[in-house]
Amino acid sequence: MKRLSIEQLLGMNKFVVDDEEAHIKVNREVCASCPDKPCTWACPAGLYSVKDGALSFDYAGCLECGTCRVACPNAGSAIDWNYPRGGFGVHFRYG
Amino acid sequence: MAEDKTTAIVVGAGPAGSTAAYLLAREGHEVILVERGTAPGCKNMYGGRMYSHALNRIIPEFWKEAPVERCVERELITFLDGERSVSVACRDSEWAGPGCHSFTLLRAEFDAWLAAKAEEAGALLACGIRVDDLVSENGRVVGIRAGEDEMMADVVIAADGVNSILARKAGLAGPFLARQVATGVKQIIELPAQTINERFQVNDFHGAAQLFVGDCSGGVQGGGFLYTNKNSISLGLVFNVAELSRCRMKPAEALEDFKSSPHIAPLIEGGREAEYSAHLVPEAGLGMMPELFGDGILVAGDAAGFVLNLGYTVRGMDFAVASGEAAARAVMEAKAHNDFSRNGLCRYRELLRESFVLRDLEAYRSAPEILENKRMFNQYPKLVTGLASELFTVDGKPPARLARKIYDRIRASGIGLGQLALDGWKGARGL
Repeated sequence: MKRLSIEQLLGMNKFVVDDEEAHIKVNREVCASCPDKPCTWACPAGLYSVKDGALSFDYAGCLECGTCRVACPNAGSAIDWNYPRGGFGVHFRYG
Repeated sequence: MAEDKTTAIVVGAGPAGSTAAYLLAREGHEVILVERGTAPGCKNMYGGRMYSHALNRIIPEFWKEAPVERCVERELITFLDGERSVSVACRDSEWAGPGCHSFTLLRAEFDAWLAAKAEEAGALLACGIRVDDLVSENGRVVGIRAGEDEMMADVVIAADGVNSILARKAGLAGPFLARQVATGVKQIIELPAQTINERFQVNDFHGAAQLFVGDCSGGVQGGGFLYTNKNSISLGLVFNVAELSRCRMKPAEALEDFKSSPHIAPLIEGGREAEYSAHLVPEAGLGMMPELFGDGILVAGDAAGFVLNLGYTVRGMDFAVASGEAAARAVMEAKAHNDFSRNGLCRYRELLRESFVLRDLEAYRSAPEILENKRMFNQYPKLVTGLASELFTVDGKPPARLARKIYDRIRASGIGLGQLALDGWKGARGL
């Protein structure tokens, strides 16, 4: 079978993106001093990346698993984690 | 205020929450079941199989009405190392007999069905509501807050999943460590039923469950799983989060690697991917269990860390159902004495022990530690696959008897005989 990119994988899913409120907020100042940035590897949706030396994060496409919050070495200060507001976020059709 | 108060608010319409709500409603108690998804089940994912016993005690022969996929009749465990694999396959037709031992099922459909059972029994189901906080009075939980709205109850059952916001807000749980949880990723791959039947040697109603140990993806340790649904396969990988960070591996890519390996590719050939999902699995058992109850609150299901992975069986849903049942019964007893304090709810722990939930977690308390042993994922699969491969290879080389082959392989594996015996003893005693 053909190898799928993360964009293709997430493209199969149904998402209702909350344009008004990000359910996960990242503190880029704290992240700037993080040498390993494990979120850029561990997030199953690949939503964390490094662009021009700074951490970039997009909450659309989040699978709501909570891996980033656990993998983050500065979890208390770097990631403000919550579920999306009611009715928003990923909508699994199989699960 | 008093007339607006309900007996119980259950947060999370997964198997734990819906079971609790169903039982409370069935006994005539006022209960509100709150779910953050627009429909129950739409936020939920797991590997792919539920053992029947717990729900069967509550709703006998539930499978006659519930949306289940296939009754599992074949179990396979496969050890992997690169191009090699060794499988142990077991079929027991009795598993698919009248008792229906376990089912593959899909959560979006199944969880919606179970929540509908609670609704039918009289529970009020409120979907699309994220519960943000607990409402407390004098240190006692008396309700929940969702946005601007507050709802009051005698007791709150937090069945809000592994990332339980409420257990933390109540001070019953703290943040967990990366090594205590695993990230599971899964794809649903659609295939015609007939193709699944042929590839897994089952019929339309019966299915196979396969676990993979060893080198599931490019040398990084992890476990794999495959479950056959009616018209699709659930295929996934599970990685300890600490390992995931340490190995700098991307789970989505690892799963694509796994799909293209010679052990998986022929099984899914011609399939069409339909969904990609991820979830955290509480893996540390008693080591990460929160306080199970407080004044006016109980914690059930994944929120309480009720998952048991023994390497050859992985259980979560039956624990969720049984803990939901225990929570409901504890609430009914508390109601009878009109005491919803920590003291009044303390029967919950006994009920969990009387059912299998705490009993099993306590009996297998060393399982998480045994499964953390890196040899389980690396040297042992290598040893087993290497030995099997040598056994079946005929190439004109000088003969060596079986005992010599085994001895040489063990020596070459770098595992000392003492270590091997110790691991074997620990495994046999602990798992």
